[in-house]
Amino acid sequence: MDWNFIIFSVVKVAVVFGALMTMVAYSVMAERKIAAWIQDRPGPNRVAPPFVKYIPILGPFLTRIGFFQPLADGLKSFLKEDFTPGGVKKIYFWLAPAVAVIPALMTVAVIPFGSVMGAQKMVIADLNVGILYTFGIVSLGVYGIVLAGYAANSKYPFLGGIRSSAQMISYEIAMGMSVIPVLLIAGNLNLSGIIEWQATHHWLICYAPISFIIFLVSAFAETNRTPFDFAEAEQELAGGYNVEYSSMKFAMFPMGEYAAMLASAGMMVTLFFGGWTLPFWGLDQPAHSLGMGLAHILVFIAKMLFFMVVFIWVRWMVPRFRYDQLMDLGWRRFLPLALANILITAIVLWLRS
Amino acid sequence: MAIVVNRKKLTFWERLYLPVVIGGLKVTGRHLFRTLFGGKAVTMEYPEQKWTLPAGYRGAPYLVKDQDGDTKCVSCQLCEFVCPPKAIRITPPGDSGLKPDRTNAEKMPLEFEINMLRCIYCGFCQEVCPEEAIFLQQDYSLTGLSRSEMIYNKEKLLSLGGEVGGIQKWKLKLDEAKAQENFPVKV
Repeated sequence: MDWNFIIFSVVKVAVVFGALMTMVAYSVMAERKIAAWIQDRPGPNRVAPPFVKYIPILGPFLTRIGFFQPLADGLKSFLKEDFTPGGVKKIYFWLAPAVAVIPALMTVAVIPFGSVMGAQKMVIADLNVGILYTFGIVSLGVYGIVLAGYAANSKYPFLGGIRSSAQMISYEIAMGMSVIPVLLIAGNLNLSGIIEWQATHHWLICYAPISFIIFLVSAFAETNRTPFDFAEAEQELAGGYNVEYSSMKFAMFPMGEYAAMLASAGMMVTLFFGGWTLPFWGLDQPAHSLGMGLAHILVFIAKMLFFMVVFIWVRWMVPRFRYDQLMDLGWRRFLPLALANILITAIVLWLRS
Repeated sequence: MAIVVNRKKLTFWERLYLPVVIGGLKVTGRHLFRTLFGGKAVTMEYPEQKWTLPAGYRGAPYLVKDQDGDTKCVSCQLCEFVCPPKAIRITPPGDSGLKPDRTNAEKMPLEFEINMLRCIYCGFCQEVCPEEAIFLQQDYSLTGLSRSEMIYNKEKLLSLGGEVGGIQKWKLKLDEAKAQENFPVKV
C-alpha cells in the first residue's frame, strides 16, 4: 500500500469536493443575479446574517451582491419537509437524486485543475482514458432524471423523463464524435496529455473550432440547460422530473445540474482552451513553485467560470427547442458535420505527416 | 377564406442559427451591463423607496389637529355611525368627562379607536365629519404583530395624523360671542 498516494488522494478529493460544492452554491447565486441583471432587476440583495451590517463598506456590498444567499437557500432546503408522495415507487424515488448528482461529481475526478504542487499532480485520477471515462460517466447523469420521472408515478415527471431520454439519444453521439478530431490532433486520450500538447502548440480551439461548437451545444443538452431543458420545462411541465420532489431530495437535482455544468465547463476548458495554461507569463509550463501551482489552479478556475457565465447567459436568451428539433439538430446536422470534421482533420493530418 | 402566410425562405447564413444567437447574446449582454454598471434596474426597492402617491389617495384614516395644536374631533359620532365595516369606536366623555382642549367646542372624545384590520379605506368618515377632524392620509402599509396592536387609539391616531389647518368654526363662534358681549356697538 502506498500511503503517500492514499493520503494525498483523500486530501485532493476532499478539497476538490469542497470547492466544487461551494462553486455549485455560488453558481446558483450567479444564475439568479445574472438572470436579474439581464431582465433589468437588481436580483437577490437582502439576505445577510445580523452581524454583517456592522462591517463598514464590505458588509453592505456583500449583502448587495447576494453573497449570503446560498447559505439561506441551503438552510431552507435542509429545513423543508421531506415529503414522499403516496404513489411513488419508493426505491427509485430515493435513488434518483443520488443518481443525478454522483456522475456529475465523478466526472470532475479526471479533469486536471492545475499543473503540479510540490510533487503532486493536480488531478485526482490521471487516467490514460480520461475522455472515455468522462463520456461514460456523464451519460449516467441522464438516468437520474429518467428514473426520477419514472419513479414519481405522475404525468408531468413522466413526460420530463421521456423527453430526457429522447434528448440523450440525440446529443450524445454528436458530442462523442465532435471530440475525435481533438484526439486526432493531440494524439492522446489522457486529459493531462491533451493540456501538455496545447501548452507546446496553440489551444485546440484554433485547430478544431467546429468540434468546439458541436461540443458546446451538446454540453448545453447534456446539462439540461436552456435551450435544451425539455426535461425540466418549467412553463410546460411545471418543473418536469422534479415535480414530486421536495426538500434536500429536490435540491440534489439543481446541485447535480450545476455540478454537471461545472464539469462540462471544465471539460471544455481542458479540451479546447488549454486547461490551466496561459500562453504568456510562463504559465504554460508545469509549475516549479507552490505559488505558480496556485496560479495555474486560479487560471483554470477563471476559465471555467467564464464558461459558467456563458451557460447562464445563454439560458436567458434563447427560447426552448422542441425535442424533435433537438433530434433533428443532433442527427441531421451535427452528426454529418462531426463526421465531415473528423474526415477533414484526418486528411489534413495525413497530408502534413 | 383561408389566409396563406408564406414562410420567408431563409438564407443559408440565417439557417445556421448562429447569427441570431450572437445577436441575442448582444441584446441580453447590453441589458446586463446597463443594469449592472448603469444603474438602470427598473425595480423599485420597496421599503427604502416608495411610490409618490397621487394627491387624492385614500390611505389610512387618522385624526388631525388644527393649526393651534388642538384636537378637532368633537365626539359627534357621525363617523362611527357611517362607518360601513364598523371600524371606528368612539367613547364620548359623558356628563363629567374630559373637557375639550379648546374653548367653545362642546366636547372631545374620551377615546377614539379605529380598528385598522376592519377599515376599508372608503373615506366615508372623512366625508361625513363636520369638523374636518379625520382625514384619509397617505399610509397604506400598516403592519403589526397582533390584532390588538392594529387597533389604533386616539393618541396614536393624533400623532400619526399631524396637523391639518382649515376653518376653525369655534373661533368664529368665539368672535361672535365676544361681539355679542360687547353688544351695543359703540357708534
